Amino acid sequence: MKFGVVIFPGSNCDHDAWYALSHNLGKNTVCLWHQSEDLEGCDVVILPGGFSFGDYLRTGAIARFSPIMRPVARFAASGGLVMGICNGFQILVEAGLLPGALMRNQGLKFICRTVYLRTETAATPFTSDLRPGSVLALPIAHGEGCYYADTATLERLARQDRIVFRYSTPEGRITAESNPNGSAGHIAGIVNEGRNVLGMMPHPERASDPLMGSTDGLRIFASLASTLAQASRGESVRLAGLVRHTL
Amino acid sequence: MTTITPDVISQHQLSGQEYERIVDLLGRRPTLTELGIFSVMWSEHCSYKSSRVHLKTLPTQGPRVLEGPGENAGVIDIGSGYAVAFKIESHNHPSFIEPFQGAATGVGGILRDIFTMGARPIAVLDSLRFGPQDDPRNRRILEGVVAGIAHYGNCFGVPTVGGECVFEPSYSGNPLVNVFALGVFRRDRIFRARASGVGNPVIYVGAKTGRDGIHGASMASAEFDEQSMEKRPNVQVGDPFLEKLLLEACLEAMETGAIVGIQDMGAAGLTCSTCEMGGRAGTGIEIDLIDVPQRETGMTPYEIMLSESQERMLLVAEAGREDEIFRVFRKWGLDAVTIGRVTGDGRLRVKDLGVTVAEIPNAALSDEVPLYRRPATRPHRNAPLDGPAISERSGPRLASDLAELISSGDIRSKRRIWEQYDHSVRTNTVQGPGADAAVLRIKETGTSIAMSLDGNGRYCYLDPREGTRLAVAESCRNISTAGAEPVAATNCLNFGNPERPEIMAQLIEAIEGLGEACRAFGTPITGGNVSLYNETLGEAIYPTPVVGVVGLMKTRPPTPLYFQAPGRKLVLLGGLLPGASDQIHRRFGSSQFAKIVLGELWGLPPALDMEYEKRVQAAVRRIVDLDLAESAHDVSDGGLAVAVAECSFGPARVGADVRLDSPLEAHYLLFHEAPSRVLLSVAPQALPSVLDLAAEQGVDAPVIGETLAAQLCFRRNGRDLFAAAVDSLFELWK
Repeated sequence: MKFGVVIFPGSNCDHDAWYALSHNLGKNTVCLWHQSEDLEGCDVVILPGGFSFGDYLRTGAIARFSPIMRPVARFAASGGLVMGICNGFQILVEAGLLPGALMRNQGLKFICRTVYLRTETAATPFTSDLRPGSVLALPIAHGEGCYYADTATLERLARQDRIVFRYSTPEGRITAESNPNGSAGHIAGIVNEGRNVLGMMPHPERASDPLMGSTDGLRIFASLASTLAQASRGESVRLAGLVRHTL
Repeated sequence: MTTITPDVISQHQLSGQEYERIVDLLGRRPTLTELGIFSVMWSEHCSYKSSRVHLKTLPTQGPRVLEGPGENAGVIDIGSGYAVAFKIESHNHPSFIEPFQGAATGVGGILRDIFTMGARPIAVLDSLRFGPQDDPRNRRILEGVVAGIAHYGNCFGVPTVGGECVFEPSYSGNPLVNVFALGVFRRDRIFRARASGVGNPVIYVGAKTGRDGIHGASMASAEFDEQSMEKRPNVQVGDPFLEKLLLEACLEAMETGAIVGIQDMGAAGLTCSTCEMGGRAGTGIEIDLIDVPQRETGMTPYEIMLSESQERMLLVAEAGREDEIFRVFRKWGLDAVTIGRVTGDGRLRVKDLGVTVAEIPNAALSDEVPLYRRPATRPHRNAPLDGPAISERSGPRLASDLAELISSGDIRSKRRIWEQYDHSVRTNTVQGPGADAAVLRIKETGTSIAMSLDGNGRYCYLDPREGTRLAVAESCRNISTAGAEPVAATNCLNFGNPERPEIMAQLIEAIEGLGEACRAFGTPITGGNVSLYNETLGEAIYPTPVVGVVGLMKTRPPTPLYFQAPGRKLVLLGGLLPGASDQIHRRFGSSQFAKIVLGELWGLPPALDMEYEKRVQAAVRRIVDLDLAESAHDVSDGGLAVAVAECSFGPARVGADVRLDSPLEAHYLLFHEAPSRVLLSVAPQALPSVLDLAAEQGVDAPVIGETLAAQLCFRRNGRDLFAAAVDSLFELWK
């Protein structure tokens, strides 16, 4: 089982993701340089948070053209597990691997705080260890995390059970106050149709160590590890009844 | 070519005498480029010419000190083969003229100082002072400064984990933006700013040079007047993305072993880095400006040498190994070119296409800086020794006093500021903003670093020496309350015009007080910054020394500031009002109560007994280390009642029943700011151990009540003073 964390110029949560996966989760984790076209046999590719290329044009707009995004797209198309966190989510959206867009926070300010997320579906390889409705405490740290998609896309996401996390209260209620950035439908994370590509604004890697106050983020990485462990035992992994897919 | 007239000399902020000295040192008249070089190197900002003779008296040595003042940052040993580099710097003047970029480049500059040493920055704290927020101009400055700090730090990927923010009319035309940064590295991998090895190549890396920031250092060494806004083009523009690339490239290039010395180009840019690197190594540097990467065309040697374009570094490599370095910088997409070499003649020689345009002995720029022992009288103060009589206050009156205090600018929650800073990136933040001290774990060593910035302009205005001692004491107390041992300090001295004897007297008193306190607390000063001429239209700021103390502890979950549960004993470690019986009313005139409730300033700062303070701190460190307290909070601004209220603002909103037995009047008991006090909440079974540890140190530790659900009640000598719902106070504070 091998995890890879892509380093773009300006990535700044690359080390955090690497540390959470290698030290807190205890799995083999390598760093992948953005100019490489080799995923080095990784089973999971993480696009970490940060300000790739300074985010000067539009968040993620330049990183999507990095050479490594070609193999990442092929890997995703063939069912490989890809996870974009924060800036990584923005890159996945720019790359067309996930629908919608991430706009400036409704309050126009950068926000760094712990928020609560209600798990909307356990039928993804990223949430298989969680129960629908379970609430996670994870930090957000972004200026452009307001998720937007047109009504048809939002309806499709809901219908296909592809909304993975919504901002909620600690008790799991969806209220106006629990939405930190004005995201449509309180969306904090979604998957693609194949359910193998996840984008989320909150930072699970920052909540993977007991010293950081919450280990809820580790439950997401642990789900990935169980999915991979199952796959390596040759079990077919059933995802939401929508797709049947052997890793 | 411009002839050098008296006007040109004074535009360069050099006196006639200083000009004569330049002519003597060179044995001829300087060229305009040379005059520019002297003007920045001899500016107050770069040369510390007014403060250096006094700064020399500060304690700088200690068992952990690996690098004291003089390098880009101080370095201390933290054990297990690791070290931390840290320093504080001001960016006051640029932040007034252009708040966003001024503050952003302040962050950028101090970060470069840290990674120039080879350390990876892991924390930023900032100490901010603004004018009252009812003036829209002051609001605009605050919004700009906060957004600038956030912009730079967040993008660079360093957490901003703490600091302070204070409002006073004296900072209206002159905000203070002091930024502290700390980085970690292996103790055998310290890089120094030295151009060793005659013949070694001098390499320029990072951003291209433009016309921005020319004469920034001289600007920072002058007072403001009506024309100051015209200096806006002097403020540099920061690019945190480029700095992030520069960080990664520099650390990677250092790994090659091909770098001999490195210095960032901050104030006075190429000038300062070339002559200082040569000066420290006893060598010279010769460069040709034709090779300097330039952003604009037609730049003169004068402009190139004085540009303060950001995100640039100068490094000296081992001859023949340049390619190893170039390869790294190419990988990160950064310019890296050889612009000169190290010479053996001790001179800075600047050529333009082979023609020498400046040639100055390094010693003339550094060692021969005119140092001034400027005349000093009595510290400036325009406040009476005695204040208005305060009659006995009714319970409801005291309740409204408390409400007024916790909703005031200095005391209310700063969440709306620090939520704009990424404070958890790098996953080391054990205790972030909003606490007494910030605590970051060092993943490699199992130890944590505690940091706190403190200063109090009101205290220092009334008594600069005592005010500075109190700032050191409070900073150390914040560190100790986190359970860490204070080990070293840095300082940023923000004062007015030192050419005024009563301002110079403030500076001298403060430096002496700083030295006394740092000696007493065993926290040597490893570096810092002096910012003078903080005046607008002849009105000086309060003298504001800001102290940053660094402490060490074993990595452990933090003891929270907030009360955790009802039914816990409240222990006021240090006693009700230590030392306050002496001139209690006079020593009340510097308090937040005097400022906010009475709108007055008089008297003296609170009295500090440093030996007692040390014992209180030793006791609290032990108590926290043994996990005997459920919560711990330093008592400072606003006094005991404010501290109790702050402890109740946790997620559980646990309040307290506070019973004070004392003949002193209630307003003193509740709002006096006597130092050497820490408020603890303790489970009943842990109380005997806590009291024993206090007794061992000879420290008073009265039990002043217990925690309570949802309510704050204060009683004095068995009689109710007032009660309030925690929720309603929280609404005022948040």
